[in-house]
Amino acid sequence: MNRGIDRTLLGVVVVLSILGVLVLYSAGQTDFHSGGEGRWIRQIAWLAVASVVAATSYRVSFRILEWAAPWLYGFGLALLSVTLIVGRGFGTGAGSKSWLAIGDVRLGQPVELAKLATILMLARWFAARREPPNTLRGLLPPVMIALIPALLVLKQPDLGSAIVFAGILFAMLFWAGVAPSLLILLVSPVISLLIAWNTALWSVWMVLLFVLLLIWRPFIFEAIAVYLANSAMGVIYIVVWGKLATYQQERLLSFLNPENYRKGPGYQALQSKVAIGSGGWFGAGFTLGTQKRSGYIPEHWTDFVFTVVGEEFGFVGVMVVLGLLITLLFVLIRIARRASDPYASLVVFGVVGLIFTHIYENIGMSVSLMPITGIPLPFFSFGGSFLVAMFIALGLAFRASGEARASGYLES
Amino acid sequence: MSVFASYEVAKRADGARWVLGLAFLVLSAAFFKAQVLERDKFRTVAGSNRLRPIKLPSPRGYILDRNGLAIAENIPGYSIKLLASREDSLRAVLARLLAYVPQDSVNVETVVRRWRAARFQPAEVFASGEDRIVATLEEHRAALPGLVIQAEPRRNYPPGYAVAHLVGYVGEVSEAEMNSGKFDEAGLGEMVGKQGLEVEYDSMLRGQEGTRYVEVTAKGNTVGTLPITGSVRPVPGTNIQTTIDLPLQRFIDSMWRADLPEKRGAMIAMTPKGEVLAYYSHPSFDPNDFIGGISSAEYAVYHEDSDNPLLDRVINGRYPPASPFKLAIATMALRRGLVTMDSRMTTPCNGGYRFGNRVYKCWKRDGGHGSLTLTEAIKTSCDVYFYQLGLLLGEDALLEDGKLLGLSDPSGIDMEQEKRGNFPRSVKDYINSRGQSAWSRGEVLNLAIGQGRNTQTLANMVSFYAALAGDGIKRPPHIYQERPGAKEYDLGLNAEQLAGLRHAMSEVVRSGTAGASGGREFDVAGKTGSGQVSNQKDIGWFIGFAPADSAKIVVGIQVEEGEHGALVAKYVVRAIGRYLQGAGSPAIKTNFTPPLTEDTTLPTDSLQSDSTTTTPTTTATLRQGPGRKVGTRR
Repeated sequence: MNRGIDRTLLGVVVVLSILGVLVLYSAGQTDFHSGGEGRWIRQIAWLAVASVVAATSYRVSFRILEWAAPWLYGFGLALLSVTLIVGRGFGTGAGSKSWLAIGDVRLGQPVELAKLATILMLARWFAARREPPNTLRGLLPPVMIALIPALLVLKQPDLGSAIVFAGILFAMLFWAGVAPSLLILLVSPVISLLIAWNTALWSVWMVLLFVLLLIWRPFIFEAIAVYLANSAMGVIYIVVWGKLATYQQERLLSFLNPENYRKGPGYQALQSKVAIGSGGWFGAGFTLGTQKRSGYIPEHWTDFVFTVVGEEFGFVGVMVVLGLLITLLFVLIRIARRASDPYASLVVFGVVGLIFTHIYENIGMSVSLMPITGIPLPFFSFGGSFLVAMFIALGLAFRASGEARASGYLES
Repeated sequence: MSVFASYEVAKRADGARWVLGLAFLVLSAAFFKAQVLERDKFRTVAGSNRLRPIKLPSPRGYILDRNGLAIAENIPGYSIKLLASREDSLRAVLARLLAYVPQDSVNVETVVRRWRAARFQPAEVFASGEDRIVATLEEHRAALPGLVIQAEPRRNYPPGYAVAHLVGYVGEVSEAEMNSGKFDEAGLGEMVGKQGLEVEYDSMLRGQEGTRYVEVTAKGNTVGTLPITGSVRPVPGTNIQTTIDLPLQRFIDSMWRADLPEKRGAMIAMTPKGEVLAYYSHPSFDPNDFIGGISSAEYAVYHEDSDNPLLDRVINGRYPPASPFKLAIATMALRRGLVTMDSRMTTPCNGGYRFGNRVYKCWKRDGGHGSLTLTEAIKTSCDVYFYQLGLLLGEDALLEDGKLLGLSDPSGIDMEQEKRGNFPRSVKDYINSRGQSAWSRGEVLNLAIGQGRNTQTLANMVSFYAALAGDGIKRPPHIYQERPGAKEYDLGLNAEQLAGLRHAMSEVVRSGTAGASGGREFDVAGKTGSGQVSNQKDIGWFIGFAPADSAKIVVGIQVEEGEHGALVAKYVVRAIGRYLQGAGSPAIKTNFTPPLTEDTTLPTDSLQSDSTTTTPTTTATLRQGPGRKVGTRR
């Protein structure tokens, strides 16, 4: 087998990794002692570890992964459950149970492993089928596969990671060939829930849904079920709202209505936007961002690391980084398209869903486009768990690419 | 597999690229808007000016007595804080500030530590500046860049010394408390309850801090509020109207200070349903001393006082319950049907009782009490009768019933610091707790007269008597509302048995051990006791209620080194008299608005004319506890 490395992918990954370390170096350059001056060096160490891990996952056959998927998935769920019991919170997430730790030594965040395991499990389920499900009922198993870990992390509570599971699920449903109309019906109760606070908007949505149901003509029972579910969401959103933790409510409220909510999350979002906006076209220059230097950017190592990019490199710099990130995603899509077997293809596209959701949630949050959820930005956020998990996924993508070429993929 | 045929996959890959492309376009547009279209706006904010959040304290809810008199209130006060961009500039300004205020009133290192903990918030210099200091600083404002003088409601306890253990006090939340999550959402520097009702009901009383953003220059001078920022108004805390009868509380305090100034002890009064009317521990302290931080020297005075004024003897003083416990033994025997009020024991009292090879003495050694009924045994508090009653019950029944009557649990009063007394839950528990190898049967005799391995808090004993005085249900006492999950205990006595016990206790006051207390006048029923503690004079107990058959109030007193219950019973009688005769006025329906102020003056004039400054005018409505009767009393 030709083990030639996908050079485009390698190039993008290397450039993004270097940029990430540079930004973390800059994040350490503040006017006050933040204790984080050396984090960029630790990030390099993590990158080294992650590269070794990626080289290992590159050598694992997709057949073995497909066989092991249920075990890995079960292991991931077990870890998440254990985390709920003995999990700990650190740093900004001190209030949630998301870490496994012995004493003060942090072992890692199991959710990152669970995300990968869920991708492998979903891919196995779809790859074993000749046809994608064409009824809502048929979608139940894959939905459950993603829902269980999502609920477990929601309990931590970690809303951001729960959303990532949804991102992975929808990416893979799409890639497995599930009809888009079915996807819209599937997601309709969530849409209903999200807009239920506005009665007029919700009424319009319910009418639209009715029309869609007439056009798409699913099974009559499913149509009724979808419509009832949507109606119910309009009623129970108050209940769901009450179940959210206070900080989750605050984050959502501050997203919907930042003007009235400036204390905690609103303040963060505002400071982030001020820093980004002040960057202008070309930015303040590397390490020179004044808002960052004075410590106005909250969590600028992790959740708001992209704010540093915005402040110091300006709109042009932001476009370059966004361009690199979308290039990475397009390269991964290409690998998924060319993959020599459906399982590998599905896994790689699941990774696209994973990385895209992370990017969009994180960067969107820094410009108040998304609510504040606090999940890491690939290549940029400081921290080992996600980096290692992502590099495992990238190792698999490299393998899929190599296998495709070895099997003589021809552009058709 | 048709869905993974290459043309199908290629179609989906195109679809995916479109979706991603669109998503990134939206993202880019958001950055374009912020960084290109609105960059001037954000640059103004970021360039020369910075946002500083200034916390607006929320006025704490009032704590009121049952008629609306203030036990805890807020009075206007000022906090003096400094905003600084760097540590050396903070130190420089502090050095100048020290020229205008008494030297020893500011600890520079403390201020610097506060500043380091939250650099972008004003660091507190004084929690409560006097008017004079505020005026002086206001005058020299020009020399003190970053000075923030904030009107901050200050906690005040008008009854002071009389309510210290009841109300507790407030203080700045400690780091340990913040880390423990005990006070959810309490931010750095916020005032939280530390003791008593202040901590028990902290989440209701505290309210929510507000925030206002001000704009400061790089040097730390305030230049104005930012138009694009709003401020969050503080949410005032909720007032709570307790069941305390403040005049009675004050009466007990002044009585104790006049007649028992050197004695340590406690007194609690409640209704038979468990509404606490008075709650007093002596020696006490002035909770107002603790507001705004108590100096370590002052604290040491309290802490090192051998009389331990900080100890709440109502709920944390654990004493041998002595003779008042005989009513618990009588209750156990009655509910099990072993005796009636007229039962006599086999051995009449001749001053002692031989058990094994030891003689257990009766308190009346010369001649003894002779043959007694249960009523007479309670009246004379005959130890020999109760030794035998204890043996009749046996250790298992005695300990088992102790659990059922709530004697091995805390009373459940709404005070989180309450400790439970120490009554063994079982023989095994007894053996473990003493590290002994076996149960000695003589221990039953000790337990039967309220001695031995048995300590109780005053709150729990009085709560038990409240059940005897009322309907035979021991309820958790409450000052504001019943603690969720606090247990009730049914004594298991029928009406006749209850009436019999009350009659016997009535005899105690009429012609028994408390005959000299003067309680006849108010038809008081009760029980005296003297608990033996090694190396100390006896503890005097009296728990009484009145009127005997339809009690309105139950009062208990416990005096360390009070020598005998007969000597302290008169204080209970006086408190009962004060309540039954003096507090006859009907409840005042309060409609009361505490003055809420929020007025912050900042270093520049621009702020004082700031139109975004908000003055919340909150009409605090009083919470009426469920089912509270604030009715008329004769």
